[in-house]
Amino acid sequence: MSDAVRLPLRLLGLAAGELPPFDLEVAPGEVVVISGASGSGKSRMLRAVADVDPHEGRVSLGNEPADSMPAHAWRRRVMLVPAESQWWHDAVGAHFENDVSGDLDALGLPSDALDWAVSRLSSGEKQRLALIRALARVPDALLLDEPTANLDEASVERVEAWLRARIRQHGLPTLWVAHDRAQIERVADRHLRIGLEGAELVR
Amino acid sequence: MSVIELSYGDLALAALLVLALGAVTALARLGMTRSLLVAALRTVVQLALIGLVLETLFALEGPLWVALMGVVMLLAAGREVMARQKHRLVGGWAFGIGTVSMFVSAFSVTVLALTVVIGPEPWYRPQYAIPLLGMLLGNTMTGVALGLDRLTEGVWRQRALIENRLMLGQPWQEAIGEIRRDATRSGLIPIVNAMAAAGIVSLPGMMTGQILAGTSPALAVKYQILIMFTVAAGTGFGTLAAVSAASRRLFDERERLRVDRLASGAG
Repeated sequence: MSDAVRLPLRLLGLAAGELPPFDLEVAPGEVVVISGASGSGKSRMLRAVADVDPHEGRVSLGNEPADSMPAHAWRRRVMLVPAESQWWHDAVGAHFENDVSGDLDALGLPSDALDWAVSRLSSGEKQRLALIRALARVPDALLLDEPTANLDEASVERVEAWLRARIRQHGLPTLWVAHDRAQIERVADRHLRIGLEGAELVR
Repeated sequence: MSVIELSYGDLALAALLVLALGAVTALARLGMTRSLLVAALRTVVQLALIGLVLETLFALEGPLWVALMGVVMLLAAGREVMARQKHRLVGGWAFGIGTVSMFVSAFSVTVLALTVVIGPEPWYRPQYAIPLLGMLLGNTMTGVALGLDRLTEGVWRQRALIENRLMLGQPWQEAIGEIRRDATRSGLIPIVNAMAAAGIVSLPGMMTGQILAGTSPALAVKYQILIMFTVAAGTGFGTLAAVSAASRRLFDERERLRVDRLASGAG
């Protein structure tokens, strides 16, 4: 797909939870990894960017601030994939709007996975399907909350490679919450660490 | 057919049945003899009081007195709706939404039935207005309370799911859609069931009372049908209004799910 809009994601004076306000600009196709102890506010920061939590500061995509459009339109463009995905229909396939057969294969899922019942999905399958579900909606920016937490080593590599290819190809500015040091090394263009004093770019 | 007068002695005989039941539950150690007797006593006191109030009201016949009675009944129903929800909206919204939607539906349907359908002179004549309003409020209250309880409970339990749907870019109406429909449906089920079973499984209480009090069954049936239809309309519109308003209140202007607007359910 070549219709990608390639806009930077700008955070201006963003303050979520107890974090002091900070600025950050994520270029199109750039991955900024966010790390920090659990409870430090990583997930809350992503929720603030997606505007699912009340917050201080402004976020914009290119020159369009979040509040210039309806909240659901913003979230469709700035897509947050939470650590625990939720499924509301009985059948997996009912959650998908587009054809995703190529993605299933790339993430090591069988092509009939969409015919499965949600109740039989393992946590790893759910996580991979949630990523496919989110990216199939063609967002302009990505917010990933520990996207490989429930995966075995082989799947982690597959998912990382697939995500990186998509992020580069569509020019998606991406915030990626991660714990694993090796993963941070592999995927981060820049690294934002959240500590006691606030958010700090360490790379 | 004339009405047979009930003496206090007759009522005392009926009370003996309740006392007998109380003795049996005590022997069986069901642990509810006390609440049974208290409830029976409350029936006597509350109904005696309302009898006095109605006698007075019927004698006064002033529109202001009827209106005052209506407001008292409405506020009591609003309080009850609020008390029946575990995760109610905080900040007076549970009471406000319940009361306003009952006012809008039950009152307007009552006024409509009085002015257009029954047509007593004057239209607010308490013999007609108060029992009709009572029937409507009682049933609307059940529907509104069930609907709101189901809605807030569903949102409380499925907040992660609703939020995930929001994250995928769904508008709030879509993200809460199933829960909202479920809640509305559960508010409507009692009256739909009551209409479906009327006359076959159960003889409705009002009709039974009218027949016992000497009204011809044909007329009692007509009144019962009127009551059923008005109750269905009142309950339906009341539940729809309450569930819609509460759903809206659960999201803010940026379509964020605001679970913090619900009581935690501890109190």
